[in-house]
Amino acid sequence: MKITVDTTLCEVHGDCVVVAPDVFDIGEDDDVVQILNPEPEEGLRAVVTQAAKMCPVAAIRIEG
Amino acid sequence: MRDVVVVGGGLAGYRFAQSLRESGYDGKLTIVCDEEHRPYDRPPLSKQLLAGTYTEEQCALPGDAPEVTWVFGRRAARLDRDLRTLVLDDGAELPYDGLLIATGRRARAWQGNLPARGVHTLRDLADTASFRASIGEDARVVIIGAGFIGCEVAATLRKEGLDVTVVDVAPYPMPVMGAEIGARAARIHESHGVRFRLGRGVSEVQGDDRVTGVLLDSGELLEATVVLIAVGSVPNSEWLGGSGIAMERGVVTCDATCSVLDEDGNVVDGVMAAGDVAAWPHHHGEGAVCIEHWSNARDMADLAARNILLEAEARWPMAELASVPTFWSDQYDVKIKSAGFLRAADRWTIVSEDPEKPSLLVEGHRGDELVGAVAFNMNRSIINYHRALAAPVSG
Repeated sequence: MKITVDTTLCEVHGDCVVVAPDVFDIGEDDDVVQILNPEPEEGLRAVVTQAAKMCPVAAIRIEG
Repeated sequence: MRDVVVVGGGLAGYRFAQSLRESGYDGKLTIVCDEEHRPYDRPPLSKQLLAGTYTEEQCALPGDAPEVTWVFGRRAARLDRDLRTLVLDDGAELPYDGLLIATGRRARAWQGNLPARGVHTLRDLADTASFRASIGEDARVVIIGAGFIGCEVAATLRKEGLDVTVVDVAPYPMPVMGAEIGARAARIHESHGVRFRLGRGVSEVQGDDRVTGVLLDSGELLEATVVLIAVGSVPNSEWLGGSGIAMERGVVTCDATCSVLDEDGNVVDGVMAAGDVAAWPHHHGEGAVCIEHWSNARDMADLAARNILLEAEARWPMAELASVPTFWSDQYDVKIKSAGFLRAADRWTIVSEDPEKPSLLVEGHRGDELVGAVAFNMNRSIINYHRALAAPVSG
């Protein structure tokens, strides 16, 4: 599983960080989300999928 | 369940359809939508679409298009629960075994006479287009209502250098966030050249054919070439009159599973609701509360899609994280974000503040209990509050 974020879409809403804090993070002054773990273990698939689904601008892509 | 009908083609209705298909439902799925557009996202209407940085196409809601039969340009007229039939405004009858009520809200109409031209509200794509078209180069814009729409529109228009005055009977803008935040928000807008007339009512919107001005209850006359009325919204639920469905001030009452209740408090068979037209029992509210946020429409729709295929007693309540109301508003270079049920707050405390940046973090308490927080340009802090405020919801 590989995660990418379309930084042209990301508006740092933060829903992904709320749902999957081991994978995503946002600093106080960040303009786009940080991917802490771009290739997370399979056990995180459910929360990563949920994070992608929650994103208000659909900026998160999951491959594999 | 083989025949699901969705009433309303906004975020809640469309999201529900997407989630229902994702869950494997392969029966009939119909969406009734009173607009002629495919579903779109409303937050950009007062910002990117109004500013012209997004096209209407860029406002389309994202995600895979679910297999749906669309009924465009029609409204629900009546619900017959006994016959499990939705009746449309052209007399067409749609039988259902599952129904989602997602008719949302419309802009509150002005109570008083209005000139024929130059006065607008802003709730849908057509509103933004006609408001934009009426703003000329030397426009003098008066916005009645200093809520989120009024403030976002003021920010969008001031960035273009237009002349903007905002009027409200409230003493500060965006009053749901309390006086401390409101005063700071007013200063930010004023530093960008917005004029406020706060604590002032409107006596009359003047003009015969085209608007010419707004007369305040102080006697002051504000010249205007364009007026935006942004005084809140009302639920689109008249069609449910006589159906026996429980409503309070026009808002459909649900339990914590998004199941719609009847006037005796019992779950209505096969009927769910989501979004701005619906209320559910938040633990910081009194009874069921209507939370008019984008994220609430998303979360109710997802939950309703999960639950509609289940028997009432097997349905899931709102998840802990989803139970925290959240909203955002972008004004100038300020990202306003909130977590929690702000209406419950009886006391606001400033946690940190940097007027230069600008940034701000404020907590709302009811007695000693934290019920919400608001942040300006503190995107990490508000996430921490969202997680801290998550609490179990009882079904």
